[in-house]
Amino acid sequence: MNAIVNFTNKLLNNRFGNNKSLNNKLTDIFKFNGGVHPPEHKVESTTLPITRLAIPEKLTLPLRQHVGNLPKVKVQVGDYVLKGQILAEAEGTVSAAIHAPTSGTIAAIAEQTIPHPSGLPDMCITLLPDGKDTWTGLKPIDWRNTPKKDLVASLRASGIVGLGGATFPTQVKLRADGKSGVHTLVINAAECEPYISCDDMLMRERAGEIVKGIAIAQYLLGAETCIIGIEDNKPEAASSMANACIDHAGMLVKVVPTLYPSGDARRLVHLLLGTEIPSDKRSTDVGLQVFNVATVLALYRYFEFGEPSINRIVTMTGSVKTPQNFEVLFGTPLQSLIAAAGGIKPEVSHFIMGGPMMGFDLPNAGFPNVDIPITKAANCIIAAAPRQFAAPPPAMPCIRCARCADACPVSLQPQELYWFAKSDNFEKVRDYNLFDCIECGCCTYVCPSNIPLVQYYRYAKSEIIAIDRAKEAANMARERNDFRIARVEREKLERAQKHAERAQAGKAEINNDVNAEAPTDKQAVIAAAIARAKAQKLAASGMTGTSTEKTIMPATPATVMANQTETLNNETAKPDKQALIAAALERAKAQKLAAAQAGIAPKNTENVSAFVQAEINKIDAIREKAQQATATSKTSS
Amino acid sequence: MFTALYIMLGLALLLGVLLGVSALLLKVEGDPLVARIDAILPQTQCGQCGYPGCKPYATAIANGDADINQCPPGGDAGAHALADLMGVEYKPLNAEHGLPKPKSVAFIDETTCIGCTLCIQACPVDAILGAAKHMHTIIASECTGCELCLAPCPVDCISMLAVAETPDNWKWKYPVFPIKVVPLHSPTSAT
Amino acid sequence: MNRSPYITDAPTISTIMLKVLLALVPGIIAYVWIYGGGILVSLSLATVTALAAEAALLKIRQRPIQPFLMDMSAVVTAWLLALALPPLAPWWIVIVGTFFAIVIAKQLYGGLGYNPFNPAMVGYAVLLISFPLIMTKWPAPLLLAQHPLSFMEQLHFISSSVLPAEVKLDAITSATPLDYLKTQLTLKHEVASITQAPIFGTFAAKGGEVVTGAYLLGGLYLLQQRIISWHLPVAFLAALAFIACSFYLIDPAHFANPLFHLMSGASMLCAFFIITDPVSGPTTPHGKLYFAAGVAVLTYLIRVYGGYPDGVAFAVLLMNMCVPLIDALTQPRVFGHK
Repeated sequence: MNAIVNFTNKLLNNRFGNNKSLNNKLTDIFKFNGGVHPPEHKVESTTLPITRLAIPEKLTLPLRQHVGNLPKVKVQVGDYVLKGQILAEAEGTVSAAIHAPTSGTIAAIAEQTIPHPSGLPDMCITLLPDGKDTWTGLKPIDWRNTPKKDLVASLRASGIVGLGGATFPTQVKLRADGKSGVHTLVINAAECEPYISCDDMLMRERAGEIVKGIAIAQYLLGAETCIIGIEDNKPEAASSMANACIDHAGMLVKVVPTLYPSGDARRLVHLLLGTEIPSDKRSTDVGLQVFNVATVLALYRYFEFGEPSINRIVTMTGSVKTPQNFEVLFGTPLQSLIAAAGGIKPEVSHFIMGGPMMGFDLPNAGFPNVDIPITKAANCIIAAAPRQFAAPPPAMPCIRCARCADACPVSLQPQELYWFAKSDNFEKVRDYNLFDCIECGCCTYVCPSNIPLVQYYRYAKSEIIAIDRAKEAANMARERNDFRIARVEREKLERAQKHAERAQAGKAEINNDVNAEAPTDKQAVIAAAIARAKAQKLAASGMTGTSTEKTIMPATPATVMANQTETLNNETAKPDKQALIAAALERAKAQKLAAAQAGIAPKNTENVSAFVQAEINKIDAIREKAQQATATSKTSS
Repeated sequence: MFTALYIMLGLALLLGVLLGVSALLLKVEGDPLVARIDAILPQTQCGQCGYPGCKPYATAIANGDADINQCPPGGDAGAHALADLMGVEYKPLNAEHGLPKPKSVAFIDETTCIGCTLCIQACPVDAILGAAKHMHTIIASECTGCELCLAPCPVDCISMLAVAETPDNWKWKYPVFPIKVVPLHSPTSAT
Repeated sequence: MNRSPYITDAPTISTIMLKVLLALVPGIIAYVWIYGGGILVSLSLATVTALAAEAALLKIRQRPIQPFLMDMSAVVTAWLLALALPPLAPWWIVIVGTFFAIVIAKQLYGGLGYNPFNPAMVGYAVLLISFPLIMTKWPAPLLLAQHPLSFMEQLHFISSSVLPAEVKLDAITSATPLDYLKTQLTLKHEVASITQAPIFGTFAAKGGEVVTGAYLLGGLYLLQQRIISWHLPVAFLAALAFIACSFYLIDPAHFANPLFHLMSGASMLCAFFIITDPVSGPTTPHGKLYFAAGVAVLTYLIRVYGGYPDGVAFAVLLMNMCVPLIDALTQPRVFGHK
């Protein structure tokens, strides 16, 4: 195996023979700080080849299977869909589509438990397969003769996300302009977590397709070189990959020492190239891009055959009869996977999704019949027995031994982070670069005091994120409040101005021709309207609430105008007016009293239509009945 | 003998000019203290503090008219932050101004709403949409949960709904690892 | 419960502490050989006192007693203090020192993991200041003493401070080489002539250097077991050698050679067992280097210019005070940061 790798190395070295520094870069390994080497447990699941799982009776497809916005559902309950048909469309920049993994009927679009550390339910599309597995019309893409921009755009409909576990939508990583400035593509095949072997088996069995996928990714990115990083505990995968890319100049398999977490993208890039991606930048900023092997394989299937992302390889391992890797349709219930692996052993207590270092407990409701679907992120399911994954002994105080700092692949000071996270000192914990933490778990792995360090970091991170969100919301609220205050102020000003203008105009008129008999028509009309309204109010207040006959004084513009000019001219008009209002109020009070004594509630029932009148009568009848009923009940009691 | 005097005088003049110039050059616009206090306040604009909004409360704190513990939505953390900023002793929240509640948003029962626009006028952040005699609705993402729209509503169609926990806003909990696991209910005593 | 990682591979605190105790065993054997079995009495007394004090304080502080007694950190403190005391110190000295170390320096600060100062050194410093006469009165090695005491006689002396009738106190005690050197230098003697005295051996104290060598052996075991990091002992010994060498080269007549300093007093105990206490020490690799070098320089300065013959305890405590500062100033570069 090594001979082949060396041979490939030599080939490459000859190609870049004149470039000494690059030569060194391609052969040397650049170690990162710390790391741990837990027992691998990969052999158990690599004895059998990948098996395709039969179509289950039900597929549950959570909308949340990737990082970013939830996709928009494009189907309805009862719709018949074909295999590969789009069920939900990518929404916004960072989002991924979801496709029907097989043909069948949409049975439900509702909240169901999803594989998420929270154990909370979320929107899922339930598909009942018809067993025919009929493909929708697949359109292979002639990627060599299509503009790159269109290729990347079409990826939005592919549903492909990073299958290493990060589930970041792939189209976002393949810059839309086709001018990425990426010179080197790094293929992450390290698969450093214990137990997981899906990438290993994929490389052993489908190296050819993977290499074709790499070629496509290289073409899209314009990357000349590609380095495939594989840990040295997967010699078969490394040799089959080296064989497959022997004809591809610029493609190189580089075997790295087995050391967790060398599969972390930034760590792997450093390991392979010696490049430290700055913490505040992305890999593309330094001319690199990292893809998982399974992701490039999905790229190949999409471009070559038009197949969207509808399945993945899942390692079913731990305490099952026959641990193995399966090709599983997304949405497949966990039970089908367990059954295919021969069932669980009696000692199993729960299931872990992901590896033992970074995975999480699947919701355990209904154990052992846990109803959880396989999603795009599910690289491995471990049937966990307490014997292998014992609950940690009670945590002791931190003794500041700094073993965690020695193990930290990011060169953080976990003991300080722990101290500040524990005491909710979020500012300080951020200062100590909490957000550079990759939650790999190396610190907890080596802690003599059994402190759940990663838990504290996750807690602090989500608290800080929540605080930041709240702050953002507060800023927005402040802005909106300021805007509102300004608006109210402006409106008030405008109104005052209008009033002032009107008053000015009125005054000017009056001053100009006090004895004018015929003011301009418009003003007369307005004044007349005001007067009418006043008169109506007066009249209404002078009448009983139930009266239907109206004795409104017919007010012609001329008379009103005359009245008004009179009052304006007369200095004593003001007290008169106040007296009028007071009188009106008194009258209203008296009326209310009278009405209350008479047992009549005031109603606004003038000029109602017959229908409404009927309604009112009906309601009045009911009310009366109710009153009588209460009265009788009162008297009876 | 006068040399010393001249030197002192010269120095005083020089330093005075320096101070004056720096005061002009390094002038800070507005009242930074009010802005800094306002930045800590949660901007719910709920008025529970007794002031008509967060900014007036911030101004009152800056002027020494109000205490730092009158903001229930800001919670204990807010009181701590204000105490830190003002350099005063932390005080627990004054219960007179209400108690912190879980974050919630207003919800209009659209079958009951009569479209009176009173809530729209009450909303401090313009988070209610609608027009006269048309049903109103609340922009949940803009709602600060101040509850100011509850009182004006003549038909009581607005209710406060606590923000539900979803996988999106879910938070990892503070790790609590019991030293000894004690079953809460033993099956025998359950009956 | 989500608690990844689900697997761990770490020695427990008890394991770490037990290995430290094991590493002290060669030193203790050498001690018994050179100074007699009296030290075993001190060790037992200190151990019992430490455990009792720890248990009582945990009880008062309402903490679980069993896990904190089983962590063995109290025993390590007790042993280090006992080994730092003069071998025939009266019983109450041992008890007072241990009590102070556990109760005041450790539990009142919050127990394991929270003490800013090295508990054993706090106990030692308190005793040194309070009872300077007893604390500087070292017995002569058995092979030098005019009347080597038997184990029973030592036991009797420790418990009642009464010597056998025919033996005078002077007959069993002698100045330590560090002490002797200091007093002789003030009397205008030169180093070369002073070291001709019978209490001087090949490198340092006759007999004492054997114990020091045994500590070195234990320290190497700890390094091999990765219980302690190399930074602390290497930096301490290198800095001590460097400063001693500098002074020695400038004026060999008035300053002892570096080997003498390395093999004298508590140098080796300090290098491998005292400054390696993780709780009161720094955590960053660079910080460890600065801390250890600081202890070495202070130790040397106190030995040469200070009022006490050995300066380890005060040097360690002074540097303990600087630990937060050292840690804050020596943060390593985080991956991807400048």
